[in-house]
Amino acid sequence: MRISLGPLLYFWDRQTVLDYYNKIAQLPVDIVYLGETVCAKRRELRGDDWLNLATMLEDAGKEVVLSTLSLIEAESDLALVKRVCQNGSYQVEANDMAAINLQKPGTPFVVGPHINTYNSSTLAQMSALGARRWVMPLELAGENLKAMQAQRPVNMETEVFVFGRLPLAFSARCYTARAHNISKDDCGFCCREYEQGLLLATREQQPFLVINGVQMQSARTFCLVDQLPELAQLGVDIIRLSPQLQGMTEIIDLVDKVRNQRLEPALAVVSLKRHMPTGPCDGYWYGDAGMDLLGKDFLDANLQEKGL
Amino acid sequence: MTTSKNNVELVCPAGNLPALKAAVDNGADSVYLGFRDGTNARNFPGLGFDNNELDRAIDYAHNKGRKVLMAINTYPRPHQWQQWCQAIDSSASHNVDALILADPGLMHYATTTYPDLRLHLSVQGSATNHEAIDFYARHYAIRRVVLPRVLSLSQIKQVIKNTDVEVEVFGFGSLCVMVEGRCILSSYVTGKSPNSNGVCSPAEAVRWEETPQGRRSRLNGVLIDEYAPDEHAGYPTLCKGRYKVNDNIFYAIEEPTSLNILEILPELIQAGVVAIKVEGRQRSPAYVASVTRVLREALDQCMANPDNFSVLSTWMAQLDKVAEGSCHTLGAYHRPWQ
Repeated sequence: MRISLGPLLYFWDRQTVLDYYNKIAQLPVDIVYLGETVCAKRRELRGDDWLNLATMLEDAGKEVVLSTLSLIEAESDLALVKRVCQNGSYQVEANDMAAINLQKPGTPFVVGPHINTYNSSTLAQMSALGARRWVMPLELAGENLKAMQAQRPVNMETEVFVFGRLPLAFSARCYTARAHNISKDDCGFCCREYEQGLLLATREQQPFLVINGVQMQSARTFCLVDQLPELAQLGVDIIRLSPQLQGMTEIIDLVDKVRNQRLEPALAVVSLKRHMPTGPCDGYWYGDAGMDLLGKDFLDANLQEKGL
Repeated sequence: MTTSKNNVELVCPAGNLPALKAAVDNGADSVYLGFRDGTNARNFPGLGFDNNELDRAIDYAHNKGRKVLMAINTYPRPHQWQQWCQAIDSSASHNVDALILADPGLMHYATTTYPDLRLHLSVQGSATNHEAIDFYARHYAIRRVVLPRVLSLSQIKQVIKNTDVEVEVFGFGSLCVMVEGRCILSSYVTGKSPNSNGVCSPAEAVRWEETPQGRRSRLNGVLIDEYAPDEHAGYPTLCKGRYKVNDNIFYAIEEPTSLNILEILPELIQAGVVAIKVEGRQRSPAYVASVTRVLREALDQCMANPDNFSVLSTWMAQLDKVAEGSCHTLGAYHRPWQ
């Protein structure tokens, strides 16, 4: 299985982003998804900056894919997506049907996690349009994947999100601006203050969601690293890690070791928990509530921590 | 269907036969409904139609010259595929006037099996721009799109300018603040989502608690809100709870309020919107009757004399009476809301 680094979901300053990807170039990641997928107003990096990063990563031996916006509202958003789709050098991850519509006929593309590919018929449709890879939608379960793998079109790679806070929803509203009591038009890029998003807790202090501008994420970190042997068995080609600022080097190193069978998944998850600010979840994989935790290795690790 | 600017269609919800009759009797041009299962996005206990009821619903509506639109707008997973196709088959055999679909696989099935059956793209299809709409028109010949409730009025105008597909917008009812079809908050908390199960924040996961601090609502254990003794406790839809962010407790996502577009009705019609949709298949026949009556009157007045249209206070009062949180907003249509 190859490891991919999904698109950066947070808004970091320019130098932080450049340093981050320079570091990624040295790590055992095979595929890097680049570009702004959350908010069109975020422009610390311009189109050329992303393309320069793409060249640098390609020179380091990585496959580069350009990801498109997930919510396209204005004509200017559409123009941005169009430029990405017609870049001519790199494959595109479509996160809205507009991006698929803007592909030159016959150009291979990636169906992103925000396109609802929930069944084999839809996957066949995507394949006929030129898709060569699909990222499983986040709320699908292992048994759904199994059924879809059994009928997978030829020349279609399967990618599964295995580590990171889950992007759960998008809105026209900016919730970071709302929390600052300012309007979206005058946001002052306040989301830059929160490099891993802004925590939303319940009134009894339970960490619940993470606000990331117009996107809502899970507070818990989704983790399927304990299931990598199962994913390999299901014929998954690529496993996706979602970028975070803290601990990425170790996260990638641990996942790399597990996929190469140099580390037991159960040991890896114990170390990975350090990099989950409010703990793990994996319920979607088992067809359960996404926030739940059902992986046996995690539950065993919890018991150990409690000294039971 | 007529699509002239002078004949904007009023599309009303029906969760059962009495609601359908209420919609038709009070002036709906079309009524949309779903089967009694997860094939549609209002899969609530006791709601929806079986084949017998669908027969009677279609008879009733067609006899009065109204249309019936069938929503099969959830995304089937592999093991559900046959059941969803059967829902399309049943709808086609009942001569519904259009199907409201979201899943591309199902659209392919419908266009290849029933090429003459009219398709509408559900709001669950998340088409917020003219390129996405063009995608569905090119590949599945959709004739109408229902826009997600995230676009501003000027964005809606841009969409209409750039597409031949008819545009339907929400006019009244509960307000989804997220892009429909791209929100899995509900399944994150409860395991059930609009996309997969046709429900958001399902009732079976709701628990009410009486505590010394006041009444509390929980969704699968997660505290959604806490209400002071004199405070109205609304249904705990998870995006309408009060949460703590940066030490402030507030409606961090959205206040419990209803969408109401009466104020901008002339502008929507002027922009070329062909249909105004009322949300609420889960609401009572009385609700459907009252909202349909007000919107019918407003639409008729607006179409007859758009330049001198003014919103009557009695309309607003009637709508606020049945609105969520007893108050209303223009939502995303009004830019400052964003």
